[in-house]
Amino acid sequence: MTSTIKKHNTTLGTRLRGSFFLVSLLAIVLSLIVGGLLIAVTDEETAKAAKYLFAAPGDTLSAAWKAAAGAYAAMFRGAIFNYQAESFTGMIKPITETLTMATPLITAALGVALAFRAGLFNIGAQGQLIIGAVLAGYIGFTLNLPWPLHILLVVLAAALGGALWGGIVGLLKARTGAHEVIVTIMLNYVAVYLLAFLLSTPMMQRPGSNDPVSQIIHDSAKYPLIFGPDFRVHFGLILGLLATWGVWWLLERSTLGFELKAVGANPSASRTAGINTTRVTILAMVLAGALAGMAGASQVSGTEHFVVGGVAASIGFDAITVALLGRSRPLGVLVAALLFGAFRAGGVAMQTQTGTPIDIVLVVQSLIVLFIAAPPLVRSIFGMNARKARAAAADDSKNTTPTPPSGTVTSGSTL
Amino acid sequence: MKTTESTHAAPGHRASGKNTGTVVPVLVRDRKPVIGYGIGALIALLFFAIGAPSALATFRLSSAGDAVELPPLAIPSAAAGWVLAALLVAATVYAWLNLRAGRKNPGWLALTYGLAFLMAFLIWVVGSANNPNISLITLLGGSIALALPMVFGSLSGVLSERSGVVNIAIEGQLLLGAFAAAVGGSITQNVYVALICAAVGGVVVSALLALFAIKYLVNQIIVGVVLNVLVSGLTAFLFGTLLAPNADALNSPPRLRSFSIPGLADIPILGPLLFRQTLLGYLMFVAVAIVWFALYKTRWGLRVRAVGEHPKAADTVGINVNRTRVINVLIGGAVAGLGGSYYTLVSVSQFSRDMTAGAGFIALAALIFGRWNPLGAFFAALLFGFATNLQYVLAQAGTAVPSQFMAMLPYVVTIFAVAGLVGKSRGPAAAGEPYVKG
Amino acid sequence: MKLELQGITKSFDGFVANDSVDLVVEPGQVHCLLGENGAGKSTLMNVLFGLYEPTAGRILVDGKPVVFRGPGDAMAAGIGMVHQHFMLIPVFTVAENVALGNESTGVGGILNLEETRRSIKEISDRYGFDVDPDALVEDLPVGVQQRVEIIKALVRKANLLILDEPTAVLTPRETDELISIIGQLTDSGTSIIFISHKLREVKAVSDKITVIRRGKVVGTANPDAPATELASLMVGRAVDLSLGRTPAIPGDAILQVRGLNVLSETGIPAVDQVSFDVHAGEILAVAGVQGNGQTELVEAIMGLQDKATGSILLGGAELLGRNVKDIINSGVGYVPEDRSTDGLISSFTIAENLILNRYDHAPMAQGVALKLPAIAANAKEKVAEYDIRAGSSQALASTLSGGNQQKIVLAREFSRPLKLFIAAQPTRGVDVGSIEFLHRRILAERDAGTPVIIVSTELDEVMELGDRIAVLFHGQLMGIVPGNTSRDILGLMMAGANAEEALAEVAAQQVPTTIKDEPTLPGGIA
Repeated sequence: MTSTIKKHNTTLGTRLRGSFFLVSLLAIVLSLIVGGLLIAVTDEETAKAAKYLFAAPGDTLSAAWKAAAGAYAAMFRGAIFNYQAESFTGMIKPITETLTMATPLITAALGVALAFRAGLFNIGAQGQLIIGAVLAGYIGFTLNLPWPLHILLVVLAAALGGALWGGIVGLLKARTGAHEVIVTIMLNYVAVYLLAFLLSTPMMQRPGSNDPVSQIIHDSAKYPLIFGPDFRVHFGLILGLLATWGVWWLLERSTLGFELKAVGANPSASRTAGINTTRVTILAMVLAGALAGMAGASQVSGTEHFVVGGVAASIGFDAITVALLGRSRPLGVLVAALLFGAFRAGGVAMQTQTGTPIDIVLVVQSLIVLFIAAPPLVRSIFGMNARKARAAAADDSKNTTPTPPSGTVTSGSTL
Repeated sequence: MKTTESTHAAPGHRASGKNTGTVVPVLVRDRKPVIGYGIGALIALLFFAIGAPSALATFRLSSAGDAVELPPLAIPSAAAGWVLAALLVAATVYAWLNLRAGRKNPGWLALTYGLAFLMAFLIWVVGSANNPNISLITLLGGSIALALPMVFGSLSGVLSERSGVVNIAIEGQLLLGAFAAAVGGSITQNVYVALICAAVGGVVVSALLALFAIKYLVNQIIVGVVLNVLVSGLTAFLFGTLLAPNADALNSPPRLRSFSIPGLADIPILGPLLFRQTLLGYLMFVAVAIVWFALYKTRWGLRVRAVGEHPKAADTVGINVNRTRVINVLIGGAVAGLGGSYYTLVSVSQFSRDMTAGAGFIALAALIFGRWNPLGAFFAALLFGFATNLQYVLAQAGTAVPSQFMAMLPYVVTIFAVAGLVGKSRGPAAAGEPYVKG
Repeated sequence: MKLELQGITKSFDGFVANDSVDLVVEPGQVHCLLGENGAGKSTLMNVLFGLYEPTAGRILVDGKPVVFRGPGDAMAAGIGMVHQHFMLIPVFTVAENVALGNESTGVGGILNLEETRRSIKEISDRYGFDVDPDALVEDLPVGVQQRVEIIKALVRKANLLILDEPTAVLTPRETDELISIIGQLTDSGTSIIFISHKLREVKAVSDKITVIRRGKVVGTANPDAPATELASLMVGRAVDLSLGRTPAIPGDAILQVRGLNVLSETGIPAVDQVSFDVHAGEILAVAGVQGNGQTELVEAIMGLQDKATGSILLGGAELLGRNVKDIINSGVGYVPEDRSTDGLISSFTIAENLILNRYDHAPMAQGVALKLPAIAANAKEKVAEYDIRAGSSQALASTLSGGNQQKIVLAREFSRPLKLFIAAQPTRGVDVGSIEFLHRRILAERDAGTPVIIVSTELDEVMELGDRIAVLFHGQLMGIVPGNTSRDILGLMMAGANAEEALAEVAAQQVPTTIKDEPTLPGGIA
């Protein structure tokens, strides 16, 4: 009898997976609508028109529409294609900015996704990225090497730094059972203060500067620009694409990937099958950290060329939402990173052109993730079959949110 | 025929363990706390004793104009360092002997150890400062003030996690509370309305947490993480579009003034620390006491803990699991929101972007460090407030210890805590697991 | 209380778990619900207890229709339930557990447990329960926990008590005690619904038997109905009562366990100085009540227990101290007792589960790369050979029935040459058809000359499969007896008597214990 129940669920599950793209699309639309409403109601012109709302309601509505549409149009021009630009370069510059913004997100989110698949909730991409950036910067401005070698060393150092920071988490998790969510959150802060400390020491601080800013890295340590000096797209993008393929191969085609997914899905059965769960947990966090660390190299060698307190921006946190949106599948992560890169690039343009704070991007991004994680909510908002949605609620939550199976944050004896 | 002895490896242990995920806490030989003790004692020996400065560490106990003026306390750093380090070593040996004999370490041991380590560290760090003279009142009073939002935040964590809902969104609750207090206070120019707005702000975040985590069964950690981003983005956006251009109308809340309790405020040391607070400060002490009492001494608390430990068992005796959880998450939101008002009504009187600066995560750490107990969380938050304030006080005294390391302390301590180096910390068994009937 | 269920139907998502079930329980009667695992007994009881809402049908208490919106309503109507997995909060005391949901309070909702303590003592005295109200539940043995559950129901003035598979975790002796408690309860007018899939105890305890198969009532019977008849009613076809096994032809002692000690997580000795041999071509069945060290014993052999000392020699080579992978690769096959947590990864496909412990070497992998064609071919072959019923080999393991899941585990373990085969609870939660299949495969492995260890808490399975039977109690070996040893003797040994004591006691009594012997059925159904 159980088989009958379960079989039924599968077919339902398969149907839902098919509709996942529809739900994702609707979630994005819904989030943009909410964002648009926020822009509209906080707009000054709308507020002015609203003072005579009852006299001429149309004015308020049109002002609101203008505000939201204007902001999103600016966002589009900043992220995809600038139809108002004078030159061809200016027209396609936005899409290259999107690629540039997406570059560090790709590897950092791959790190989060990889850990997810191994059952680990890696909130620590930010810290891993910072340590990666520190080492990348340090190698970048202290050593004098011919350029291909120097860049190689920078990438390795960044990956190593991230791997170390992630490895601590894996080690503590595997050996003491310390919950990775807590440890990664704490290590993020430790990394922030460590960076602040290093930037105040002669080891890193720019000579003659009182600001917490590092020296500028040598030219030989800078990532080459792929599309020439007019665009900021750099070698990091190629590394990101390679990493996407690499993570896909690792997860889907390698024995280590098999182990990783097995431990992530059921550590107890993995142990019984002879898989060394301790080793896999540590390795997963080391690899995740290395990927996030590479994002640090992308920041330092690709765009910033020196290290500051804000070198990581919020990439490590955005990476979590990107990984969730990409459902921890490498290709999904790539697409999600490009989308978020577009939001970033567009957000900057929107802020300068229409004065709408870029923070709206955070709102839209987080709403997207929330909506995608709760398909029944999206369905009911769009008036899709409510009964089916309710029946599928439990199934959805399993399918859409890659949850560490052992991962109840607070259960377990030693959190 | 032999009878079943409960002290033996009785059948119940394994079976109940399988069903409910419990570990029987008898005879657990956990080596980790002893290792933790050892590391601490070693640090004390190397730095606080051998590396002790020759100066006297002076602590001022009262400020001029107090009703009772106490003379400052001058402690020889080296002597104190050696005595306290010896005490720490002794405690370590005692803990090790207990481990060998299979005895449990008594509760006072950890407390004594912690206090001794703290004192040794304080004497060492003050003694090696350029000006080895600080005001203990300023240090401790500032600690309580800085701990305030974290205490409220960790109470929010206690309330929701005890009912089985992991609350990573404390940061968001604090931030929206701060924002709502600023806006509500500015519009009405009434601090009490501002406090209510703050609570409502926290509840809004909680409501979203409950909606997604309990109704739509989205992973609770994911919801928490994302809600923090959402609140951060939303408040920053509204700050940029509304508050900054209209600062007078929307971002100039009234201050919450502190007031002394007559008589009690004149008690040396304790008076200035405890009885010269703002309303929010007094509320903090009251809230800790109420939550503790309610959780452990009332019917409501028994039910909440049951829901957090074994929701199905609670359901089978007629307790509505999800309703209990929703209510607790909402109350928690109100408490954290109130705590958030500290930033805009007490600390500074205007809102700014991301002004909570990670206090919500320290609150989360305090919750774990305090073992999901309101009192434990309170003292843990105080400890973290102390660490934060110490860096400010020491910066003035001119110390060799980089302030960044002081700032790191709460996070490092928490990592030690979750790694089990400061004893076992066991959360509610069902926290993080959505409850679906059947 | 007189309880009537009329036309109860419960469907989940289109699947019908209960199909218009009618049931009448008379006051003071013990009414047994007999059915295989997954027949729908527990679903029916959850409907009755208000945990599920019935899709159709109605419940009548003393002739009046009632609607239960939750367990609270059911309890208010006088229905109590002792769940198969106890609904107790381990970190609470007995009194707190009993009070929960039914607390006496003072001003402002302040807890007052005094009254609860008094009621517990009173009930405890009346039925001779010996329960301390202030003991932590997690420290109590499982038999006592069950009594706490009964007290919980009685404190709430239950007139009808549902016992869901109450004997699964009890020794035969504890089972007898439970049966006498049931007698006391019915004498005082309480009705009992007793759910079980074990014919023997059903016949011993019941006044009336209702048999359920695939969610439907397929018949009612009196306790004096022949076992074979009940069995075929329950299974839906004539049941072959014998496996038709041939006697074992034991060879050399391949596995030699000497002075094995295992410390549990809590530091208590879970396995205490255990020594035994297993010979080629024989099955050693390990009997004992759940939690007496069987799990730790086999886990120690598999390298899954860190704190094991002594010696485990397989063909002369020491296993202790080697890692799990090493032990698997040296030819030990293992079916863990908890299929869903240890045996399978439910979110993996059948194909992936079939290579769970051999994914990293030829033919499934080359270097660090998986060989997908080989994995697919292997899946196709095993699915056919073991008759694993699934849509495709790419179906997730979670979509299969317990029997088919267990076939995956068995297929995987038998797909490499074995020097030793260990199966813990090989047929738990498995339908009768699969049980026969699994048992025959295990016997075939024995007949091929492999030494086999079977751990089972089902005495029938132990007696069915074991060429020799070892009994564990509190981690100690009570003795190894021949496969045809009587149930009474095994029962005494499972309760802590060694083989000689048990023999002597049975000889002295010459009186059969409460539960009489019946012909055994395959696996746990008898």
